Amino acid sequence: MRGEIVIAGIGNTRYGRHPDRDTVSLNVEACRHALADAAVDKDAVDAVFVKTPSSAREFMYGQKVSEALGLQPRIAGAWDQGGAANITLLTFAAMAIMAGQCEIALVCYADNPKTGSAAHFARPRGNDAAYGWFSTAAGYAMIHRNHVDQFGTAPDAFAAVAMACRRNGAANPQAQLRAPLTLDAYMASPFVVEPLRRDDCCLISDGGAAVVVMSARRAREMGVAAPVPILGFGHGQVSWDLQARSSLTRLPAVEAAAHDAFAMAGLSTRQIDVAQIYDCFTITVLATLEAYGFCAHGESGRFVRDGALEIGGALPVNTAGGLLSETGMPGMQLILEGVRQMRGTAATQVRGAKHCLVTNQGGTMHTHSSLILGA
Amino acid sequence: MTAAIPEPEITSVNRPYWEGLKQGQLMFARCRQCGNTWFPARPECPGCLQDDWAWTPSAGQGRLISWVVYHIAFHPAFRDRLPYNVALVAIDEGPRLIANIAAPHDALHADMRLRLDIAHIGAFALARFAPA
Repeated sequence: MRGEIVIAGIGNTRYGRHPDRDTVSLNVEACRHALADAAVDKDAVDAVFVKTPSSAREFMYGQKVSEALGLQPRIAGAWDQGGAANITLLTFAAMAIMAGQCEIALVCYADNPKTGSAAHFARPRGNDAAYGWFSTAAGYAMIHRNHVDQFGTAPDAFAAVAMACRRNGAANPQAQLRAPLTLDAYMASPFVVEPLRRDDCCLISDGGAAVVVMSARRAREMGVAAPVPILGFGHGQVSWDLQARSSLTRLPAVEAAAHDAFAMAGLSTRQIDVAQIYDCFTITVLATLEAYGFCAHGESGRFVRDGALEIGGALPVNTAGGLLSETGMPGMQLILEGVRQMRGTAATQVRGAKHCLVTNQGGTMHTHSSLILGA
Repeated sequence: MTAAIPEPEITSVNRPYWEGLKQGQLMFARCRQCGNTWFPARPECPGCLQDDWAWTPSAGQGRLISWVVYHIAFHPAFRDRLPYNVALVAIDEGPRLIANIAAPHDALHADMRLRLDIAHIGAFALARFAPA
């Protein structure tokens, strides 16, 4: 189904703080902007796929968003897969369209952990809370440490990820954090859960984002101005918690998703011009690059040296700033930036980019979804 | 007064594990059907899905896989303990568990040998480890 489904429109709220808004309202605003971008009337929408917010779980959430949108879609619902959910929902929309179950889908996500509840990110980890085992960050810190132990990965490698994202975020007028980072500032950044420093950790943000999905044929018929084709996608899961994994740094879920996405697209990693790599923590980017085969297992520390991730480098990543700088929202902002890169309208545009990889992942690298967009 | 450490939630499935620790014994689950071993307690073997398994005593020897050091407390009970470590430990029988290591943080290194060092905390006991 390479190229048969397109992203016809994208939209987002302002990123940062929205103390007086609930997540349904943020979803509606994001969808309104995405529909306007696609020049599609909302009454043409017949499917609504929504990622559940982390700040407040609600029953029948997809129906609440649909009702606020004034829609009676054929397919609607909410999906929880942590940070991998946005690409997954986009692929569900694509498959439903291919199967003739709907024609025009909204895929949207909104959350407000910054002004609402961020308790999810500080949560106790079951009965292991008695050891002080709390938070999302700590699981990634365990993997970060193991990568350093196994491969001698230097702090500079983690800093290179944060510096590339922060430089791009600083150039993005929409970004929540517009402050470039130096190596010295990174090294002076305090530990949160050692070895994770504050500047290894993504932002916590309120906001919403949405995309409009339809077939390429439908987009032509409707005269959609800037459709971006979906060339490939893939999924993978490692259900095991850290205690049950035989390796902390090998990511079979990511390898599986990457294999399927590149096979569908008929591309190799060398043909990727720009990538939006899920960057909840800097280790996530390093481990993801390895599992996709941009470098060998354990080699990411060497791969990211000498500005490889910067604009003009071997693989420019997170050109709008990613989770580390644009918004901590888990994943949809990366899809939006992938679309802008393929349209040629990004604030920090990679010139002539023809193929963009977007990755989403969730849990402690439990879930992964992969998306390849074309120009 | 400092806050109490969050107590484990005792269920009919995990009760023998927690009772065993109080009596100085770390136990893991071993499936009688397929030989799979695991932590923490769960009613069915995730290998073969049967419920025919038994609590098995560990010899209490293991090695350090990875560890982290908390510099902020996500729960008030741990504020006075900062900085404290949480580790991933593999016991020699195979399964891995979350634990604390009773050692200075600069003495910790990957693959270091560990021995069980149970800590009694009020009404329950925790499987901690110390350098072997």
